[in-house]
Parts: sequence; C-alpha cells; structure tokens
Amino acid sequence: MTGERDIVLKEQFSVTGRDFGRAGSVSTTIKSMLKQIGFPPDVVRRVAIATYEAEMNVVVYADRATVTFEVTPAAITVTLEDQGRGIADIEQAMREGYSTATDEIREMGFGAGMGLPNIKKNSDDLEVTSEVGVGTIVRIKVLAPQ
Amino acid sequence: MATYKYYHAHEVNQEACHGRMKCLRACPTDAIRVKDGKAHFISELCVDCGECITACPHGAFVPLADTLEGTPRKGKLRVAIPSPVLYSQFPSEVSPRRILRGLLQIGFDHVFDVAKACDWATLATRSYLKEHTGRWPIISSFCPAVVRLIQVKYPELTENVLPLQVPREMTAREAKRKLARENGISESEVEAVYITSCPAKVVSIRQPAEGTKSALDTAIAISEIYPALREAVSEPDSKIKDELFDDITYGPGWSSLGAITGLLETKRWIAVSGMSDVTKLLDDIENSKLRNVEFIEAAACLGGCIGGSLAVENVYVARSRTIRLAQKFGHNIARHEHRAERLYRSGFFSIESPIAPRALSPLDPDIARAIAKVKERDEIYASLPKIDCGACGSPTCMAFAEDVVKGYAELSACVVGAARAAH
Repeated sequence: MTGERDIVLKEQFSVTGRDFGRAGSVSTTIKSMLKQIGFPPDVVRRVAIATYEAEMNVVVYADRATVTFEVTPAAITVTLEDQGRGIADIEQAMREGYSTATDEIREMGFGAGMGLPNIKKNSDDLEVTSEVGVGTIVRIKVLAPQ
Repeated sequence: MATYKYYHAHEVNQEACHGRMKCLRACPTDAIRVKDGKAHFISELCVDCGECITACPHGAFVPLADTLEGTPRKGKLRVAIPSPVLYSQFPSEVSPRRILRGLLQIGFDHVFDVAKACDWATLATRSYLKEHTGRWPIISSFCPAVVRLIQVKYPELTENVLPLQVPREMTAREAKRKLARENGISESEVEAVYITSCPAKVVSIRQPAEGTKSALDTAIAISEIYPALREAVSEPDSKIKDELFDDITYGPGWSSLGAITGLLETKRWIAVSGMSDVTKLLDDIENSKLRNVEFIEAAACLGGCIGGSLAVENVYVARSRTIRLAQKFGHNIARHEHRAERLYRSGFFSIESPIAPRALSPLDPDIARAIAKVKERDEIYASLPKIDCGACGSPTCMAFAEDVVKGYAELSACVVGAARAAH
C-alpha cells in the first residue's frame, strides 16, 4: 500500500577526509531540513548529534564518504558509506574510550573514543559494517513518534 | 504576507525605502523580503537584532524606542537606568559621574548605575556554573536577540540559557524598591527608563522572552538622548550636588564582549559576537561539538552591546574607552561576593519561568505534507541560478524556493532564470 505516509525525501551529500574546515556542514544541513519539516526537537537533536559524530569519523579516519539522507514521516535514516581504512574490530570500536586516533587528532579535541558509542546512544537502530582497507558503512536510524 | 504576532522594535517606513536590498543581505535570519520595491519583514523570523537598522542607507527601518519628550510620564518619579554603554559614547575626560549628572539635567529625577548589578550577576553566574549538573554549555542570557534566536532557530537549546535575572532588570527592581520606600509612594509610581544601544532590549521590555513582566517601563535609544545629553555634560549644572553620585560604583559592566567570561572561575568559556558567528557557534553546540565548554558569552552585535545599532560612537572607539574605564574603576567582584552569594541562595537572581522555545511554523502542519514540500522546494532550488542575487525579493535562491512552495512568491519572479531560459 502506498500513500502519503510513504513519501520519502532522499538527498545525498559528500564528505571529504581531513577537511576540518567544512566538517559538520552535512549534519547542520540535515538538521535544518528536519526542523523545517517540523520533527520534534528531540528527534532533530538526536539525528544531528549522531550524524555529526559519524561525519567527524569520516573526516578523521577515512578518505571520503557519500551520505544518504532519507526521510519518511515515521523515521529518519542517515547512511554514511566511506572509502578508507575500515574498522578491524567493530565490537571494540563500539566501546567507550576505545580509539585509534593519533596524538595529532587528539590534540584537536577528537579521538576520545566516544564517536560510535555516542552515535549508538542517539539512534534507535545502528548498523556498522566494515572491510579493512576498503571502507565502512554506518547506517543510523532515528524513529519519529507518531 | 507578514503576520504581526510578535512585537518588534522597528517598522519599515515605506516612503523612505528605496528597495536597495541592503537589509535583505544583512538580515541574519532571512526575515526580509522586498516586494514591489519595498522591504517587509516576516514577524516570526525577526529576532530584533537591529542589523537592518544599521544596514539601511536611507534609515527606512525606524527603531520604535520611546522618546524623552514624546513619552508621557508613567508615574511620580522618572528614573534613568543607563546601560553602561552610555559611558563609552563620550570622550574619556567626560566621567561617568558627569554623564549621570547630565541625565538629571535633561529631566530625570534619579539615576541608577547598572555596573553594580553586572558584578552581582557575574557572581551569580559563577555560583550557577559551580552547581549546574545538566546539559552544557550554559549560554548567557543578557542579549535578547541571542535569546530570541535560540527560541526561534535552536528551540532545543533554550534549556542551556542561563536562567538568571539580567543586570538591567535587577537594577530596575532595586531602583523601584528603594525610591518607593524613600518617597513613601508605591513602586508603580516609579517609572524606570532604560537608556540603551539595543533595539532588542526595547522589545524585551515590552514583550519579555521569559514570559514575565519587565521591571523597566520605557526604553530610550542612546542616539535619541545623545544631543541633549552632550550639551548637558558640557555645561554642568552646579545646583546638582556631586555627593549624589558618591555611592555609585561605576564601571563598564557587560557592555563590551568578554566582560563576563573574563571574570569567571572556569577557563572553559567562549565569548562570541556578531549574528553570523553566534549562529555558527549555536550550530556547533547543537551538533554537540563543544562538549568541553562550560559557558558561552554571546552578543548579537559585533563587539558586544557597544556595537548596538542605537549607539552613536564607533564600536572600536567605544571599546577602547570601555577598557580604560575598566582600568580606572575596575570590577568590584570581591567586595560583593558575600552579599551576592547570600542573595543567590535566597533566589534573588532566579527568573520566574524558564525560557520557552518559540519554534518556527513548519512548512506544513502535517509531517508527510511537509516532507513533500521540502522535496518540492529542493526541486525548485535545483532549477534556480543559485547566485543569490536577491532580484526576486528573497534573500537567497533557497529562501526564494521556499517562498514559492509557501505561496509567497511566483517562480516567474526569478528574472535571472527567465533571462537564461530566453537565451
């Protein structure tokens, strides 16, 4: 059955690794779109935080990524598909405080090992798949209360 | 098109408006549209920052502050509560004492200085930060344009706004209490007049963000009283006794950016001014980027309140004078510590109700239809020249696409698009 409830908004953005100057711009754009649609502030906030963390992970660790942003009245899904080094042990990366960041990155205030745990905390569903040397796919889903 | 649901501190003088669109580009919340060669603003988007007042070369945005002669007295006593910005509008050899005396000469019955309340409020902020356990960072509340911006565009951040009284309101309450007691009249017989560089504060007095009544009754622009005051300070009236001003602390108060953060105990602070930089910073906070920051001092005007559009002096000149004023009078933080702490415990600084969000109306009340409209908007945007020329009357191509979806504008208003299509 299709109807108004199935209306999907789909947008794509790109993120470039090491581009700290523009880091965070995708989550800011997504956030302002969700506000305009009229999602509750708490939903907007959780999507913004989770997306920002994932975006920063790309900037810090990967070469580039495509961000796909999909919206239905019931849920918001953000998928980041990056090309980069990948994650060897996802379970370990999900643990708070675990990080492979270099000292240089830590000096910039990143790499505290809070990225993935924070994404998990702010999403209703999180899927992470990765292949070392190829890249990582992070799929974040936040449900909107009806 | 605009529905005037909210009170604003300015109106557009349609006759003075030449449709030059300087305001269109200056407005940080994209609230202005030019229709048929005249500027209008969308009430719910306007945060009263005053950028349009400053930007317009023809003075078409008219501040609606009160005038000294034009406003009938609202009580038996009229007390001036000048923002400390006023001190920076005169050369350094004109002392704050002489400026306060000048206010009495031009018709006020009393004057109260705000600098002391600023010191108290700084102390209260310290106490609050020490005990706060909720969400960080805490954002200063003294700038009404920043508070409105948060209410309108960052509704989730309203709970980060410092929930304490601001110095101008504290001073007005103190003045009313003291003068009512001394003169055996009721507090409502004392008219508190704020003298300000800030159009947003005019609004905050008539329609407080906190949802409570302001203790200030009237707001007069510094630019409005400046000519008369200038004359008064150059010819001091010897009948007005110097001793009147002896128990006044003086000082720069919070008029220049960094006044609060410089006196905090925490080192984890950021001081930011100018609407575009404030906006960027609020975006970062919303993205939870600034997790380790405890306090944000934010002012809509570049340089702080001294940069307000109702001031007369160049902001950099004013800043230099403010720094000299601070060197001369200092802040009297240590002196008030004990009393301020006691008052803080008693709830003296607390605001009556928390600051509530004033979220913008979505594209459509129905989420599914709103999503469809965002989609439509993005499709329209994709077809536009994306040069943000403003010739259509909307500030950017994105705002224009949105106006078309909302039915405020016709796609044919894009003349650049039409010209390109014709080639």
